[in-house]
Amino acid sequence: MPSDAGPTPPAQLTALPDTARPRLGPHLRKRFDRARGKHVLLGPESVIVLNGTAADVVALCDGSRTVADIVAELRTRYAYPVEDEVRGFLARMAARRHVTVEEAS
Amino acid sequence: MDRPFGLLAELTYRCPLACAYCSNPLELARYDDELPTADWQRVFTEAAEMGVLQCHLSGGEPLLRRDLVDLVRAAADLGMYTNLVTSAIGLSRPRAEALKAAGLDHVQISVQADEPATSDRIAGIPSFERKLKAAAVVKDLGWPLTVNVVLHRQNIDRIAEIVDLVEELEADRVELANTQYYGWAWRNRAALLPSREQLARAEDVVRDARARLAGRMEIVHVLPDYYSDYPKPCMGGWAARQIVVTPNGDALPCLAAHTLPLPAPSVRTESLEAIWDGSPLFTAFRGTGWMRDPCRTCDRREIDFGGCRCQAFQLTGDAARTDPVCHLSPDHGLVTEAVERANAAARPRDELLIPRPHRG
Repeated sequence: MPSDAGPTPPAQLTALPDTARPRLGPHLRKRFDRARGKHVLLGPESVIVLNGTAADVVALCDGSRTVADIVAELRTRYAYPVEDEVRGFLARMAARRHVTVEEAS
Repeated sequence: MDRPFGLLAELTYRCPLACAYCSNPLELARYDDELPTADWQRVFTEAAEMGVLQCHLSGGEPLLRRDLVDLVRAAADLGMYTNLVTSAIGLSRPRAEALKAAGLDHVQISVQADEPATSDRIAGIPSFERKLKAAAVVKDLGWPLTVNVVLHRQNIDRIAEIVDLVEELEADRVELANTQYYGWAWRNRAALLPSREQLARAEDVVRDARARLAGRMEIVHVLPDYYSDYPKPCMGGWAARQIVVTPNGDALPCLAAHTLPLPAPSVRTESLEAIWDGSPLFTAFRGTGWMRDPCRTCDRREIDFGGCRCQAFQLTGDAARTDPVCHLSPDHGLVTEAVERANAAARPRDELLIPRPHRG
């Protein structure tokens, strides 16, 4: 729509450290979209269709698991190497503030 | 065919404000016969069934609809993410609490300037202080808050102060969106289009603010397409992601599409799905098959989709031409002329604006 905000320039992507504990942003909601047969993440002015492992990653972003925990968990669920995909997705989510990160402890 | 992600429900064009850059149509009286509550609820149901995930309740001023709480509840109960796009005039604490209880997810408040004199002059009524109070209520009730500031020649030099104000309001997001020239803004284009120098200064301010506020506030900066080499990917493609319903029930692929010489289908007589799939207004520019050169053979045709159909029609009289904003458009001179006029040394920064009329 003309009045809609244009694209935000990509924030700098920094991989989250293994010890970070990502938590889904407080204003985001994950639900299953029957029309598309996929999980989606809804937030202010954003719709993210969660493909592949993304829905699983989001489900594990509970603020208690570390990045290393999430990677380890998903390794057991998938037959192919998911690590880069998971880390990349988390970095993008953090850059857009869709996950907040509790500092390592 | 793709299903729309978002429904922009323009519930009313009545508005207490009179901003001269309003995107509402010039012929406001044509939209006085507003859809009743039950029709909106049916539209929301149809939208949700066809895959719409976000419902933007906008206007005019949506708070002027007495049934707003019921409409929010209907959209929220269908699982849609609900967003109220408001001037905040009429957002009292009791009303806000009722909207919260009904399931409203997010509030976007417009701010016209960083201080009351300019703000109230642009808005046409004393409204600045009321906006600040309402923003505080939004935060207090735990909503995410977006502040939307339409930037133009007459307020862009205050962008640093505007960002400071938004920071004080503890907004989660701010949209610093240069005016796009549709509706009333089109009529006021000469008085609104900023100069190159103004834009360059604003970009510096935004860069600094982004660095300072990283992690605290998301800053969306929308540059005026008149100054870019390529057009904006308007609506993410014609009839691809969004559907608009106007107060009287017209369905549009874009909120400016009422200007095109194609009849608007109505949700009063057709289902949203039938409109989306088959209405000529929706199918006319979907995909890339309608394109001519230079778009037809351009590498960017799936990136910007030929730009804005409404802007092409507005500037050239032919909606199927390349958006003249594109430097490859044979009509690009229409844009550069306007830009050069905006940069003429003698051009004042406070020309008279024609306000859109208040309608309450």
